[in-house]
Amino acid sequence: MARQACYAQDMTESAALHLHGVTVRFGEVEALQNVSFDLPAGETLAIVGPNGAGKSTLIKVALGLVKPEKGHAAIFGVDAGKNPKRIGYVPQLKTFDRSFPATALELVVSGLRQRWPTWLRPAERGQALNALTQVGAADYAGRALAKLSGGELQRVFLARALVRRPDIVFLDEPATGVDFLAEHDLYDLLERYQTERGATVVMITHDLSAARYHATRALVLNRRVHGFDLPAEVLCDACLKEAYGHLGHDHRVLVL
Amino acid sequence: MFSGLADVFQYPFMQRALWAGLMVALISALLGVFVVQRGLSFLGDGLAHAAFGGVALGLLLGVSQPLWVALPFTFVTALGIAWVREHTALSSDTAIGIFFAVSVALGVLFISLQREYQTDAWHWLFGSILGVGRQDLAIIAGVTVLSLSIFVPLWGRLAYATFDAELAQTDGVRVGRLEYLLFALAAVIIVASVKVVGVILIAAYLVIPAASARLMSRSLFQMTLLSVVIGLVSTALGLVFSYFLDVPSGSTIILTQAFVFVLAAVIGGGIRA
Repeated sequence: MARQACYAQDMTESAALHLHGVTVRFGEVEALQNVSFDLPAGETLAIVGPNGAGKSTLIKVALGLVKPEKGHAAIFGVDAGKNPKRIGYVPQLKTFDRSFPATALELVVSGLRQRWPTWLRPAERGQALNALTQVGAADYAGRALAKLSGGELQRVFLARALVRRPDIVFLDEPATGVDFLAEHDLYDLLERYQTERGATVVMITHDLSAARYHATRALVLNRRVHGFDLPAEVLCDACLKEAYGHLGHDHRVLVL
Repeated sequence: MFSGLADVFQYPFMQRALWAGLMVALISALLGVFVVQRGLSFLGDGLAHAAFGGVALGLLLGVSQPLWVALPFTFVTALGIAWVREHTALSSDTAIGIFFAVSVALGVLFISLQREYQTDAWHWLFGSILGVGRQDLAIIAGVTVLSLSIFVPLWGRLAYATFDAELAQTDGVRVGRLEYLLFALAAVIIVASVKVVGVILIAAYLVIPAASARLMSRSLFQMTLLSVVIGLVSTALGLVFSYFLDVPSGSTIILTQAFVFVLAAVIGGGIRA
């Protein structure tokens, strides 16, 4: 029993992402119910679930943007929201205002400086260009955000998330609004960064085949945890049917 | 022509008007960038009318310097709007609209309750270069120092929160508190500007330089610098026109800004990438 407690404590302290008993309520709606799991460092976690399942809320709890009513979240043993420098975040593209006057380079520098830049210092410009080059976006570094396509913008946000070499990267539906080839490139870039840095990746995705192929762990969520294990184990018909309520129509099968 | 201008500015009241005008131009331009980018133009209008209510109360109470009443009145209104936005399901427009209407109604009530006819009310509505006294100038100078001491160190955070509140929050920016601060600062800057530009035209005064700058800028910082330049030049020119044409300063300043806006709209398409 004592050995198990020690193991549990070790696991918690070394976990890249630790959630214990997290419950979040918005008014009368319980968005997350008693969510608990530990994600070891270096893993790639795919969070899947139907719309309104609380996937984005879970990421926001991890980032410290939403305070849970009950429970606790920590990243590498530090309370959620207290250690932004170790975290990279790629938000959903659809929530972003493209008409804001800014270039791709400025957006990446904002990730470096953790503030919006006035003028760009030479060292910062160099680091940002480097990050953009690594994601294949150097050609449009000086272009206005309003003139970037969905795929190009996604690369710039990824460069911004990776520029300060985080230990854990969160992505909220990274493939939405992005074509197939750009999506393929995105996963390639993430894998390369992980190999190089030993980073942990947490991503929300609606693409179950991408989850099976790219993730080392999967979390099936619909307000509560319906499964947290290897993708092959947890992305099975029974788990998905329980979480989604059904498995879709014959011509569009959810599980490939 | 230049000797004519030199003659204009030999008068103490024109010197005060120019100093006051340049100071309010600077801080309004800085604020205007955030008003335009956050879509808060209606807030400027709402707070300007709150200032009207505050000034009217000051005049009714016979206070020698109505700005001292307008400042807390508008400040509380700004915080009230911020609170309603954050804690209720009402949209910004509705929250501002309610406070706007109540302030104007109170202002009309206070003016009607005055026993003597007040010509001052006209000057407060449309601005007056004759109306900038030494105490007004001191208050405007104080507000300018306060505004710069907030804008300069916090610009990076305000801009980040304006771009995307959630991203800024992940990097430790306290977006909620910054919004309250921005609204409170808006109240104070608007009250300071009312003397020069007048209540009716303040909302335009906040928006036009920043909107013109937006048409010609590729970054928010560029937009800020250009907004300040446009604000300073148009205010100085507007004051000179006001003197020579003997009309309210608010109208000549806004018309000068509108001219610049049209130029920016014509030129702007070619400059921005």
